[in-house]
Amino acid sequence: MLELKNINFSAGGQNILKDLSLKISTGKFIAITGPNGSGKSTIAKIIMGIEKPNNGQILFNGIDITNTSITERAKLGISFGFQAPVQFKGLTVLDLLNLSAGKKLDYSEARSYLYKVGLCGSKYLNREVDSSLSGGELKRVEIANVLARNAKLSIFDEPEAGIDLWSFNNLIQVFNDMRAEYKGSIIVISHQERILNIADEIVLIQDGSVNKKVRTSKDLDNASGLACCCQLKKGETA
Amino acid sequence: MNKLNLTNIDTTLLEAVADNGNAEIGKGAFSLRKNGKSVFINNTPNITIVPKKDLPGIDIYFRAETKGETMRMPVVVTEEDINDMVYNDFYVGKNADVTIVSGCGIHNDGNKDSVHNGIHRYYLEEGARVLYKEKHYGEGSGEGKRILNPESEVHLGKNAYMEMDTVQIKGVDSTIRSTTGVLEDGASLIVKEKIMTHGYQSAETRFDVQLNGKDSRVQVTSRSVATENSTQKFVSKVYGNNECFGHVECDAIIKDNAKIISIPEIIANNIDANLIHEAAIGKIAGAQIVKLMTLGLTEEEAEQEIINGFLK
Repeated sequence: MLELKNINFSAGGQNILKDLSLKISTGKFIAITGPNGSGKSTIAKIIMGIEKPNNGQILFNGIDITNTSITERAKLGISFGFQAPVQFKGLTVLDLLNLSAGKKLDYSEARSYLYKVGLCGSKYLNREVDSSLSGGELKRVEIANVLARNAKLSIFDEPEAGIDLWSFNNLIQVFNDMRAEYKGSIIVISHQERILNIADEIVLIQDGSVNKKVRTSKDLDNASGLACCCQLKKGETA
Repeated sequence: MNKLNLTNIDTTLLEAVADNGNAEIGKGAFSLRKNGKSVFINNTPNITIVPKKDLPGIDIYFRAETKGETMRMPVVVTEEDINDMVYNDFYVGKNADVTIVSGCGIHNDGNKDSVHNGIHRYYLEEGARVLYKEKHYGEGSGEGKRILNPESEVHLGKNAYMEMDTVQIKGVDSTIRSTTGVLEDGASLIVKEKIMTHGYQSAETRFDVQLNGKDSRVQVTSRSVATENSTQKFVSKVYGNNECFGHVECDAIIKDNAKIISIPEIIANNIDANLIHEAAIGKIAGAQIVKLMTLGLTEEEAEQEIINGFLK
């Protein structure tokens, strides 16, 4: 489904990703974790095309997408949930859901996506996606948009960042549901053990490279160099 | 006066500015002005339209306690070298709750300018409520400019409420819009304006609101997009002369070689006046474009979607 081959990326004189290679199979739920600054979010952005690697190759379903635009990658079936959701003056939650789905959703369809992330459709569909929504609400709308894309590969960049405890418990349910129902592949960048434990595989990134791939967060405890992964807060619930 | 022959251009302009204006002709209170002359008037038991004797224009009387009626008053200009000045006065009786749909459409295929200057004065009695909707639209292939200069003078009595929604999206070369308001106790004025300019167009908006009454409030929201070589200027002055609330918000998107000037002025003449002015001018945020591209839109489609939403 997705293969990153020998990816290097640098910015501001720093080598962020170093000869990183990673394969993700169809239908798998992969969690990528690691310390702050290890390059996790950069991997997500490189897959979506938001950042361009200095060298290396990206294959998606056998197609070389290394030099394709964000739009082309979206059309090929990659979707992306931002760590810090973008706000828009004037565009409503329904507008964004319609754009995500690529069609005008009927009211019940649109509501169902919001329901999945714990928001009441009648209350939120006509709200503008701006600062009148709280951080947790914006995050849930962002995740609803990824669900509405129904893409072959869904990437979530730290979905737990900035949300409250109630939203976090709801978020775990969203990923459990996706794990059970969704046919595409999922990549979640996360520090949270409860999210990591939903994944088929956990990829530990350190210093811009893949340090280890494990099955559960328990195995991570024994991973070499994990002492540096100070952001991995075992047992924490946001 | 009531026999009406409309050309295709007339009906196009009416559709653009009069909120389903063609279908509503003759059904309710209606005044149509064409090329500087009043050509159609229709009254209802509660709304009376009287042509002025000394000046071009009309006086409109809304009976007290009138509820839910709409008055439409489109203006169409289809000839070049027209310089129309019209004075319309609105008298809204106590506790009336009505909608006024106004607008001016100009079609100018000639090489001389077409100008419409509308001066509206509103007098709302105690407890009266008015929703005023206005659209400006210009079209035509000639070199002649399409110029609109609306002036509004709003007098709000005790606990009166007026909401003004104005839209100028396309085809007007030059406009100076001036709105003044005087508010008594408990009165509220809500202004929402949307402007988009392109080419070498210019648009200027001036607000001057006197919050004289206790608990009076004004809320002005201006959203504008200036593209190509167009210029926009937004000047607002809100005077807090009593315990009152004023909030002016001016948001503008700038593109290409456009120029936008925003001049906020809030004047508190009373210790209990609460006045806020927010102004922001900037290009479309790159993150917004990237976000919409991740949904499958091209950069151009993303930009258009952001502008459409902003001006919606």
